[in-house]
Amino acid sequence: MEKKTGTLSLEAVDLHCVRGERKLFGALTFTLRGGELLRIGGANGSGKTSLLRIACGLLEPTRGEVRWAGENIRRLQEEFWRQLVYVGHANAIKDDLTTGENLHVACTLAGVPRRPAQIGEALRRLGLAGCENLPARVLSQGQRRRTALARLALSEGMPLWILDEPFAALDAAAVDCVQNLIAEHLARGAAVVLTTHLETRITAATTRRIDLGAS
Amino acid sequence: MLAALRCVIARDLRLAARRSSDVLTVVLFFVIVVSLFPLGIGPEPQLLRTVAPGVLWVAALLASMLALGRVFAADHADGTLEQMMLGATPLGLVVAAKIFAHWLVSGLPLVLISPVLALQFDVPRELLGVVVLSFALGTPVLSLIGAIGAALTLGLRGAGALLSLLVLPLYVPVLIIGAGAAEAAASGLGGNAQLLLLGALLIFAGAFAPWAAAVALRISVE
Repeated sequence: MEKKTGTLSLEAVDLHCVRGERKLFGALTFTLRGGELLRIGGANGSGKTSLLRIACGLLEPTRGEVRWAGENIRRLQEEFWRQLVYVGHANAIKDDLTTGENLHVACTLAGVPRRPAQIGEALRRLGLAGCENLPARVLSQGQRRRTALARLALSEGMPLWILDEPFAALDAAAVDCVQNLIAEHLARGAAVVLTTHLETRITAATTRRIDLGAS
Repeated sequence: MLAALRCVIARDLRLAARRSSDVLTVVLFFVIVVSLFPLGIGPEPQLLRTVAPGVLWVAALLASMLALGRVFAADHADGTLEQMMLGATPLGLVVAAKIFAHWLVSGLPLVLISPVLALQFDVPRELLGVVVLSFALGTPVLSLIGAIGAALTLGLRGAGALLSLLVLPLYVPVLIIGAGAAEAAASGLGGNAQLLLLGALLIFAGAFAPWAAAVALRISVE
């Protein structure tokens, strides 16, 4: 039995997912190593979000398991989550907090507290310079998405990013910026999983694709 | 890890401060319910003195129900709860921090205002200490037990009504022991036994409720 502890790899072994009465996907197996990008495609309702939620451990697969560095993530728990950034459909932004406070909370929960200067820098990178002290209530949908994604600029050290429709509600400039962030992260040797309907232009050593609902 | 817990408590307090109407509603509800009883049962001092502890505790139970819906609902709706589950800190500890913050804004005000309301019922001054102490030990238990119910009913239709059905029966021991403390002190037996029991309940609930709520949250979010 080979055990690949230490090496960075996300493996899905024979994943099945049934939601309600509907079978979303079955017998899904893939391996993702450092520096690789996994792009999950498929029509609406084909189970992309469910797959991402299974991959990060929020949802239990009907059958099969997800392994991180050779260990089942359901056993690793915090040890796995400490290395993971998940940006879901929901932005996890509180209307009553300012943009800066929202980011501060998100980073502290993830176990990497950041100084206000670093948070300001990340917001500037996403085109939200000067918004640190604005309550999130006054932001537009796209600006909220940018705030949620600004976490990526503060998470260089996390070896796995899982992003659910990161480009939704973003304008062209922000899409470019996020694609650059992802490309830089891949170049650092980290792994990225994302779902998107856009044709992306992310330079990665290896890009894997999974199309759900094709089979 | 401690930084994360401090951060969660500070965040919840800040959110409560920016939505102070939510906190005020609970306190005013408590005050009004308690004040209705003398109007309803008449101004007989001996009778009021007898019913005071029970009335205060029932009102506190109802007021805490009113606040419970908010413990996790907002975080669930905007996705913050998912981030807490995927955080570096064990979810049970994060939940404990959230419950503590929730008690600070919804339980502590009741503790502080209880002696004033007890005076309204002509409770003798030497018993006020027992009333306050029983509230200080009992209201955190209400928050802890309530959090399990709130986590179980998260995202359900009609969660509010279901939550009361689920949680109010579990509040009964706190009600009996809490109200019993002041009664025992009034009868000259001293309320120490009841206060110690409340303390034991608090330790027990404090050790287990956050973890139970965390498990319930993981199920609710799936």
